[in-house]
Amino acid sequence: MSLKKSFRPGYKFVRQSEGAELEVRNLNVHIKNNHILKNVNLVLPDKKITCIIGPSGCGKTTLLKTMNRLIDSVEGVRIDGGILLNNENIVGSGEKIINLRRKIGLVSQKPCPLPMSIFDNVAYGCRIHGIRNRRKLRMIVQYYLEAVGLWDEVSNRLNTPAARLSVGQQQRLCLARSLAVEPQFILADEATSALDPISSRNVEELFVKLKQDYSIIMVTHTLHQAKRIADHVVFMYLGEIIEAGPANEIFTNPQHQLTKEYLSGAFN
Amino acid sequence: MLSLTVLSLLILVFMAVGLYSKSADILKENSVWTLLTSSAWSPFNGQFGFWSFIVSSIYVTLLSLIIALPISLLTALFLTEKAKPWIKKAVFPVLDILAGIPSVVYGLWGILIIVPWIANSLGPHFVDYTSGYTLLAGGIVLSVMIIPLLVSLFVEIFSTVPSEIKDASASLGATPWQTSRKVVVRKALPGIIASTVLAVSKAFGETLAVLMVCGNMVEIPRSLFDSAYPLPALIANNYGEMLSLPKYESALMFAALVMFVIILIFNTVARIVLHKVEEKFTL
Repeated sequence: MSLKKSFRPGYKFVRQSEGAELEVRNLNVHIKNNHILKNVNLVLPDKKITCIIGPSGCGKTTLLKTMNRLIDSVEGVRIDGGILLNNENIVGSGEKIINLRRKIGLVSQKPCPLPMSIFDNVAYGCRIHGIRNRRKLRMIVQYYLEAVGLWDEVSNRLNTPAARLSVGQQQRLCLARSLAVEPQFILADEATSALDPISSRNVEELFVKLKQDYSIIMVTHTLHQAKRIADHVVFMYLGEIIEAGPANEIFTNPQHQLTKEYLSGAFN
Repeated sequence: MLSLTVLSLLILVFMAVGLYSKSADILKENSVWTLLTSSAWSPFNGQFGFWSFIVSSIYVTLLSLIIALPISLLTALFLTEKAKPWIKKAVFPVLDILAGIPSVVYGLWGILIIVPWIANSLGPHFVDYTSGYTLLAGGIVLSVMIIPLLVSLFVEIFSTVPSEIKDASASLGATPWQTSRKVVVRKALPGIIASTVLAVSKAFGETLAVLMVCGNMVEIPRSLFDSAYPLPALIANNYGEMLSLPKYESALMFAALVMFVIILIFNTVARIVLHKVEEKFTL
């Protein structure tokens, strides 16, 4: 199940993920009077899995939501600083938001299939971005369902409602749906926490395979998972980045006292 | 508890039986088919054809729905998806007041505003002469009456659509309008259908307001600017008035029975549709 296949779906927008860069600079996020993210600076490496770890309420999810601007719909939010995607600041530029979301896909914690068929779920994003050709859509749907290893399970019932799939299947469907708009980055917010161990392992393995084509930024609560799949690790605490770096360095030789305590399970 | 439930079901049966036995008189002499499909209405000669009343009723109800549905849907979408909190706070009490206004007031408003507007401003663009007491006036007044009901039901339904689904749609690059159209409305479709059924039942049975503005001429309306005579208006206008005529009471009872059956059929069909839709989208 490799993404390097003999054909690429004849797609309108060719992915230009070579050297894609996502950089967070001096980011501060306030929601009403709460200072949620404090002076966050971060460079996210291309085609690697970056795991963001930290105790609940430390701002991990907010950071992800700021990256694809879903935060905009939160009431009373104020964002200072910048997030640079390919050297373009994506904070504050109103009209580019749709392009931005095409480049940065999100897989949420609970799988949430749209209220339509399996086929339409995967085709949804493509249709929104203007692809109407049935054959092309069929090709894209098959390609990405194969990519997430769901094709064999659902190919004979593409027109049944997506809600009938099991939770694990739904999560892979959501991933296929995100991939189908050909993003450069995939944000995954505890994407496996609602799944049983086996489906969870499936999705994990999928991420590892996907990193040859995509940069993956993952929020996780389970340290074991981070240890298994992370290339880079970012440790956050109370809205600040305490420590960030290559996974083996952080896990074997954490520099900061808080990181040491968190990794040893002293809090959470 | 069970007996009370059974009782409320029995009321339905009693009503049907009562209406049927009361209209037995007229059914003895005329076949159901002639009564329903003939439009000859001449009680003095013993001719009772209900077709024009049935058509009027259906037209007025449909028209009110055609006007009210898009307005209510868009209003409710705006209120749930886009409106600032203070707008919501201002609008909901107004909707409640609108829903609580007695129908006779709507009827008067129709006579004072809508009827002259149709007769003097709108009508002359389309037809040579119209009195203003028309099918269109009935449709507009009815739609104004059901809009508050529909909007508050739709708002209730739209706010049950989980925000995760909207976020998922947005994070694929959908605009808020695309999300509303393709995801929110779709997710809410069973609820939308159920509320529409309620509104149709209300509009179909509404008596006073339509009686005041529809013109009440026994004819099949050929255009929006013809007058109409819906079934409830027929019953309300004549019951107790012209009962000296032979068979007239029985005829009015039959009219009530017809309404009863139409609503019954409509509700049944709507339930089947609802079931199919739910099956298609959710389970």
